[in-house]
Amino acid sequence: MYSDIVMDHFLHPRNVGEIPDADGVGSVGNPVCGDMMTFYIKVKDGRIEDVKFKTFGCGAAIAVSSIVTEMVKGKTLEEAKGITKQQVAEQLGGLPPQKMHCSNLGTEALAAAIADYEAKQAALQQG
Amino acid sequence: MREVYLDHGATTPPRPEVIEAMLPYLREEFGNPLSLHRYGEKPRQAIEAAREKVAALLGARANEIYFTASGSEANNMAVKGVALMARTLGKGNHIVISAIEHQSVLYAAETMAKLGFEVTRVPVDRYGLVDPQAVGDALRDDTVLVSIMLANGEIGTIEPIPEIARVVKAKGIPFHTDAVAAAGRIPIDVDKLGVDLLSVAASQFYGPRGAGALYIRRGTRLLPLIDGGIQEGGRRAGLEDVPAIVGMGVAAEIAAAEMERRTAHLLPLRDRLIARLTSEIPHVYLTGHPTQRLPHHVSVTVEYIEGESMLLLLSMQGVAASSGSTCTSRALKASHVLTAIGVDPALAQGSLVFTLGEGNTQEDVDYVMAVLPGIVERLRQMSPLYKPGS
Repeated sequence: MYSDIVMDHFLHPRNVGEIPDADGVGSVGNPVCGDMMTFYIKVKDGRIEDVKFKTFGCGAAIAVSSIVTEMVKGKTLEEAKGITKQQVAEQLGGLPPQKMHCSNLGTEALAAAIADYEAKQAALQQG
Repeated sequence: MREVYLDHGATTPPRPEVIEAMLPYLREEFGNPLSLHRYGEKPRQAIEAAREKVAALLGARANEIYFTASGSEANNMAVKGVALMARTLGKGNHIVISAIEHQSVLYAAETMAKLGFEVTRVPVDRYGLVDPQAVGDALRDDTVLVSIMLANGEIGTIEPIPEIARVVKAKGIPFHTDAVAAAGRIPIDVDKLGVDLLSVAASQFYGPRGAGALYIRRGTRLLPLIDGGIQEGGRRAGLEDVPAIVGMGVAAEIAAAEMERRTAHLLPLRDRLIARLTSEIPHVYLTGHPTQRLPHHVSVTVEYIEGESMLLLLSMQGVAASSGSTCTSRALKASHVLTAIGVDPALAQGSLVFTLGEGNTQEDVDYVMAVLPGIVERLRQMSPLYKPGS
């Protein structure tokens, strides 16, 4: 059902956990739908210095979370925002069609974490 | 690695005797049972012998057994066939089912709703039990069919069919029960149950895939779904799958003969697995009825994590199980059964179903308990919902 890359990331997820002093935190999905992801980012000089995730969900949801953290680490915020669901699926060697919608939430969780960071920055500048 | 098959609710491995009995009808006895020449003779006799055996398993007469290609077909045949016949007779427009029927009853009823029938779904309690009085309250003058399953394949609960039948038959309404999950696992007698129609599938009792049957009590009227030749008394046309029917007959015969032994084997395994799951892993809850329960059936919800990821990790350890989580359903909807018994939608995602079979041992149960706690802990550590120490 899943590609070897998906299974590898599901069985050996990269960057699992929380960042206690994260610069941005974002959550998407909800457990009622079956998938929920929380992303934590540390930002330095406009780049994602560190990223971690926690995910409730199926094998695809966990693999998506894991590979997104690998894809964005070290990237600028603008580069990270530009990553699409399609690119995530391609990096994973493909996802089953029914998983494209419900489980491919990694980019959204990341975007939510970046938005949280940017909102905090804007608040700091105003204050 | 140890291989442990605990998904007998999905399908059971056919018994060697079943396969052996089928082989001649795949090879030299390929004839059409309707043929008058000698090629039709043995297949014709074999079908009637199988009919006797399936009837014996259900306490029915042979001429009340109609072979189908699956349990789903039998359920469709009952629900649609009875409803459509009632319409042609101008008898009414209302169907009563339970909220936890298998999709093949649920969606068959929904199809009839598209054709103008009204469908009432009787709710169940938190164990999945249907209240006979609630069925009685749902009945109307224009009710043409009641369909309530004998046992649920997802939570294992056995329904009080004789009590429900008394209520339904007091009004003279045809009563169907989906016995697919139950047949071959608990004793069935169509007269003691008081039903007019009853569906079974051979793949649930160590028979072949592609073989089901519908019991139709004499005098019950229904339109055929498949029109054509005179096979199955004209109620189900098409050249019979003779090997599958023969296999079903042998499987039914074995099930009847071995039921007591099978139950005595399964019950301690079931109860051991339920006890260990719910006591040794925190936040694990039994679904379905604790005692009014199929003897092979273990179903739980594991809080804070999702079923598919558990199944994948169990499979890596050689354990084959099942789940009612959204991600494991092709419809991508939460299980209607878990919803109906009031399981919190998030908790329902952690559904795990283990269905035991005659080949399982206590070592299999203990192996599950050797690997599952680590899998649960690993996924909980990844879950944003889980707070250690909770």
